[in-house]
Amino acid sequence: MFYREAGDFKTSYTADSQTFPIKFDRYRYYVVLAVAFGIIPFIINDYWANALLLPFLIYAIAAIGLNVLVGYCGQVSLGTGGFMAVGAYACYKLMTAFPDVSMFIHVILAGGITAFVGVLFGLPSLRIKGFYLAVATLAAQFFLVWLFNRVPWFYNYSASGQINAPERDVFGIIITGPNAPAWATYLFCLIFLTLCAILARNLTRGTMGRKWMAIRDMDIAAEIIGVNPLKAKLTAFAVSSFFVGIAGALFFAVYLGAVEVGEVFGIQKSFLVLFMVIIGGLGSIFGSFAGAAFLVLLPVVLKVVGVDVLGWPTDIVAHLQLVIVGALIIMFLILEPHGLAQLWRVAKEKLRLWPFPH
Amino acid sequence: MPEQLVFAMEVILNGLMAGVLYALVALGFVLIYKASGIFNYAQGVMALFAAMTLVGIMNGQVPFAHLINSTFGTHFHYFGWNVPALLAVILTMGVMVLLAWAVQRFVMRHLVGQEPIILFMATIGLAYFLEGVADLMWGSEIKTLDVGLPQGINLWIDETTFNIFDYGFFIDNLDIVATVIAALLVAALVAFSQYTKQGRAMRAVADDHQAALSVGISLNFIWIMVWSVAGFVALVAGIMWGTKSGVQFSLSLIALKALPVLMLGGFTSIPGAIVGGLIIGVGEKLFEFAIGPMVGGATENWFAYVLALIFLVFRPQGLFGEKIIERV
Repeated sequence: MFYREAGDFKTSYTADSQTFPIKFDRYRYYVVLAVAFGIIPFIINDYWANALLLPFLIYAIAAIGLNVLVGYCGQVSLGTGGFMAVGAYACYKLMTAFPDVSMFIHVILAGGITAFVGVLFGLPSLRIKGFYLAVATLAAQFFLVWLFNRVPWFYNYSASGQINAPERDVFGIIITGPNAPAWATYLFCLIFLTLCAILARNLTRGTMGRKWMAIRDMDIAAEIIGVNPLKAKLTAFAVSSFFVGIAGALFFAVYLGAVEVGEVFGIQKSFLVLFMVIIGGLGSIFGSFAGAAFLVLLPVVLKVVGVDVLGWPTDIVAHLQLVIVGALIIMFLILEPHGLAQLWRVAKEKLRLWPFPH
Repeated sequence: MPEQLVFAMEVILNGLMAGVLYALVALGFVLIYKASGIFNYAQGVMALFAAMTLVGIMNGQVPFAHLINSTFGTHFHYFGWNVPALLAVILTMGVMVLLAWAVQRFVMRHLVGQEPIILFMATIGLAYFLEGVADLMWGSEIKTLDVGLPQGINLWIDETTFNIFDYGFFIDNLDIVATVIAALLVAALVAFSQYTKQGRAMRAVADDHQAALSVGISLNFIWIMVWSVAGFVALVAGIMWGTKSGVQFSLSLIALKALPVLMLGGFTSIPGAIVGGLIIGVGEKLFEFAIGPMVGGATENWFAYVLALIFLVFRPQGLFGEKIIERV
């Protein structure tokens, strides 16, 4: 009825190759942006920001990053936690070394440093494939966490071994530290998420993304038709780590404020982000959003239902959460290996023909 | 003999013992991988689950007690009996077979023909699920496991080495028992896969699913069997690690330690798992002994992975793995 291409004439190549070719999609996108930027900052409070919105925004960035690597380029990585830690520590070092520089620049530089480290650990991917690579990325995970734990330079020789985000601002508005207002931290993360999503979406639609997908589908065949695997794999690692690094920097500086690296960026974090990508849908930007939203919401909903409604002790709810997450992952892999994004695609196909399916 | 060298020898011996324990976990991986091409991440959690079930049965704990009590407001935790260790082990084995059946029936059967990486992720999901179930069933507190295995310093080795080197080696009795059991286990597994009808069928399935089906081998049965055997290996590993360091969550993390072992040895080789385990065990202990103090210690956390990573760059299929042949 309302969701269709018919009557939506494209008169230029630019119009034809735009991200959302269907009018309804385009308007939905504008509405989402308008709500996210124009309405939510005015009604947000600390609880919503800290319990739901900030983790969602930050995990979505990390999930987009991992999706570039796993979903688009087919290189499974279990080192996300380690790369997030690189972003966090790079951001911390920059924040303390250059207090007058804007946080925007720090976060982006932190992403850049992580991209460099990511390329370094991506080098073995030229020789190692599949599971072997997944396990090799564990080396990055454990080595990086150990490094940040043991080398005092990274945490500025603080007695506790923790890193604490000092108060920094953007254009005079405090972004980090305990005094940062909820709307400012929210907007700060939202801007990064929007930029990252647009960048990722356009990268994956372009030459680079097609090369990644060629490598993913069959690397030898891709090599024969002229895709340089060195370039394709390393750019995937770089872009992916860039996003993951930004997510790590935001996670530390804006969301948590203080970080103990083994706890926050351990192997569990790597799996969490991987699950977001799987549940959301491999090879889909929308899927990264859906997966992040799902896994951020799930514990909150379970806690509300289990602890507040049913009156169970918190440890039972925590265990149940493991059971449910595990069961959901298996269910998704069996029923819909392409994740939430595929459900969305199917729904859109149905909508196009609705209400006359034949 | 110089003192450092004697210390190093002790470190190597202890590394060998630790390596045997890694190899024990790695063995479970290899079994499932060879028979079904599934890389079973849940192997470590299976060891945890087995150990917790064993402790629970031995102490006569009521399964899901915490959940039941908080739902219905009741207060029972123990049946009030203690089960002898041997019987408890047999009962636990029964639970593991049941688990193998359930995994096959509800998970793997629906994923036949999917890409290996999808199967791998399914086993990660399985690991989470099992961990949650184990915690719900038996409670998540740290438990001690004692099935009557000897523990503590081996005095005979201590004395003998003291007479030779003027320095007594510290070797745990438990490690020696673990080594013996691991050797027996490997021998039994090799004999099983070489000389029994089921073992041959298992190897046939590993070689070619379709061909195995066409000569009348039941894939379902073989897979349940393989998962049961892997469950048995997990039980043995769980008993060893549980006795050594208590039954707790970190037990499931030894699965992660088994991964570099596998990569070194090759995913498809049982001897590879053993040799890989020994190399990793000795390597990380020696590295910690020689380099560790210089860089702040705790290098055991990452050494195995980095070693495997560097090794793989030169030999992507591992020491004993089948050569990877790729065709378009």
